[in-house]
Amino acid sequence: MRKYKWLVPTLYILFLMLPIYWLLNMSFKTTNEILGGFTLWPQEFTLVNYITIFSDPTWYIGYVNSITYVVINTVISVSVALPAAYAFSRYNFLGDKHLFFWLLTNRMAPPAVFALPFFQLYSAVNLFDTHIAVALAHGLFNIPLAVWILEGFMSGIPKELDETAYVDGYSFPRFFIKIFIPTIAAGIGVAAFFCFMFSWVELLLAKTLTSVAAKPIAAIMTRTASTSGYELGLLAAAGALTIIPGAIVIYFVRNHIAKGFALGRV
Amino acid sequence: MATKSTNQKAWFFVVPVIILVAFNALIPLMTVVNYSVQETFGNNIFFFEGVKWFEQVLHSERFHASLLRQLSFTGIILAIEIPLGIAIALAMPKKGFWVSVCLVLMALPLLIPWNVVGAMWNIFALPDIGLLGRIINGIGFDYNFTQNPTAAWFTTILMDVWHWTSLVVLLAYAGLSSIPDAYFQAAKIDGAGAWAVFRHIQLPKMKRVLTIAILLRFMDSFMIYTEPFVLTGGGPGNTTTFLSIDLVKIALGQFDLGPAAAMSLIYFLIVLLVCWVFYTLMMKDEAQ
Repeated sequence: MRKYKWLVPTLYILFLMLPIYWLLNMSFKTTNEILGGFTLWPQEFTLVNYITIFSDPTWYIGYVNSITYVVINTVISVSVALPAAYAFSRYNFLGDKHLFFWLLTNRMAPPAVFALPFFQLYSAVNLFDTHIAVALAHGLFNIPLAVWILEGFMSGIPKELDETAYVDGYSFPRFFIKIFIPTIAAGIGVAAFFCFMFSWVELLLAKTLTSVAAKPIAAIMTRTASTSGYELGLLAAAGALTIIPGAIVIYFVRNHIAKGFALGRV
Repeated sequence: MATKSTNQKAWFFVVPVIILVAFNALIPLMTVVNYSVQETFGNNIFFFEGVKWFEQVLHSERFHASLLRQLSFTGIILAIEIPLGIAIALAMPKKGFWVSVCLVLMALPLLIPWNVVGAMWNIFALPDIGLLGRIINGIGFDYNFTQNPTAAWFTTILMDVWHWTSLVVLLAYAGLSSIPDAYFQAAKIDGAGAWAVFRHIQLPKMKRVLTIAILLRFMDSFMIYTEPFVLTGGGPGNTTTFLSIDLVKIALGQFDLGPAAAMSLIYFLIVLLVCWVFYTLMMKDEAQ
C-alpha cells in the first residue's frame, strides 16, 4: 500500500494537466482541423495562431495592459500593507481587532456586488479606463490579503529582534528597512505572489473598469470570441499564453509556496 | 507568539491601508445602500422606497432558487475538495526534488485567469471535439453540457474541483510539514496504525490550516461568477445560474438597480455572517 502512494499525486497531476494539454493541442491546430473533427494531437502543426497574436497590436497590447495593472497593484498593496501588518503584529491599539476583521470583510465582498458602483466611482474621479483604476480596485481584496499574510509572517519573528536593534542605536525607519524587511523577505515574496495571482486572475472588475486603453487580455479574448466568429485556435493560443506569467511567478516562490498558502500561520 | 505592547501611535501605520480600502469599500457600499432603498425611472430622479426591495427580494422565488443552487454548489464542492485535498496532501512526498515539482504543477491551475479556465473547460468538454466530452460519450453516456442540466452541473463541479483542490492540498501540506518527526516516531513505538496517526496527530495539527481552507473555499465558491458564466452562461435554462450570475443579470441585464442592490446587500450579509463564525472559531483556536 505504501509502495503505491506516489500514484495519488501522479494521477491528480495528470488530471490537472489534461485540460491544459487540450488547450495547447487546440492552439497548434488550424481552424480547419479543429472544425474538421476530433484529433488527439495536431495533424498539421501550425504556429499561425501565435503569430497572429504577436503581430496584431489589439491582441498583444492586452498582455501589456494586464501585466501593467497587476504590477502596479502588487507594488501598492505590498507597500501599504507592510507598515499596517507591522502595527497589527507588534502592538495593541484601539479597535485593532475590529479593524482587522473589517479589512478581511473586503476580501469577502463578491465583486459582482461592487461592479456597477465601481464603474460609477471611477468614472466620477476620471480614472475610468486607466491601469491605475484597475490596480486600485483590485486593492479592495489584495490589500487585506497582503496585510493578513504579512501579519502572519511578522508574528513569527520574535520581538527581541526589534528590541536588540533599538539597543544597538537603530532608529525605527533604519531598523525597518535595514533589518526587518530583509528578515521577512520570504513573507514579502509570498504576499507579492498572492497579490499578483488574484489581480491576474480577476476579470469582472477589470472588465468593468476598462473599455479600450487598459483592456486586459482576458477581456479581449471574450470580445474576439463573439465578434469574429468562434476562432477556437486563436482563443486557445491566447489562453495558453495567459498561463505563462503565472508559471514564472510560481517558479520563483516554489520553496515558500506551501507556507504562503497557509498565510504564514503554520 | 510575541507579546504585544499597547501603543496608540500604531494607528499611523494603518492609515494608508484604511484610506485605500475605505475608498474602494465604503463609497461603493454606500452607493449600493442608496440604490437599495430607492426607485428610479431614469434621468437620475430617485424616490425613497424604504425596505420595499428587500421584501421583494426575500419573497422572490427567483432569489430562493439561485440561493438554493448556490448553497448546493458550495456544499458539493466543499464535500469533494476538502477530503480529496487532504488525501492528496497525505500521499505527497515529504522532501526532495519531487516536492517542488508537485507544488509547482499543482499550483498552476490557481494562476490561470478565471475566464480562461471557463474557456479551457468549454473546449475540453465539448461533446464533439473535446477530449472529456468524447470520452464520456464513448463510455456510453449521453453527455452534452450545453443541453443537459445534469451534465452542466457535473462539468461545473468537475471544473471547480480541477481549479481549486490544489489550494486545499497546499494548505494541508503546509500543515502536515510543520509536524515534527518525533511525533511519528512516538506513534510508531506505541504501535499506532495509519488511521490512529491521522486521527490523533495529523488531523489536529491541520485544524488551523483546514479552517483557512474551508473559509477561503466557502468565500470564493460563494462568489463564483466568471468560470460558470463562460462555461455554461448560467444554462441550460437557469440550472447553473448562481447568485453572482443572477445578480449581474438583474443589475446590468435588466438594469433593475433597486432589487439588484437589495439582493447585493442580502448576499453580502450571508457571506459575512458565515465568515464571521469561521473567523471567530479560528481566532479562538489561535488564542489557545
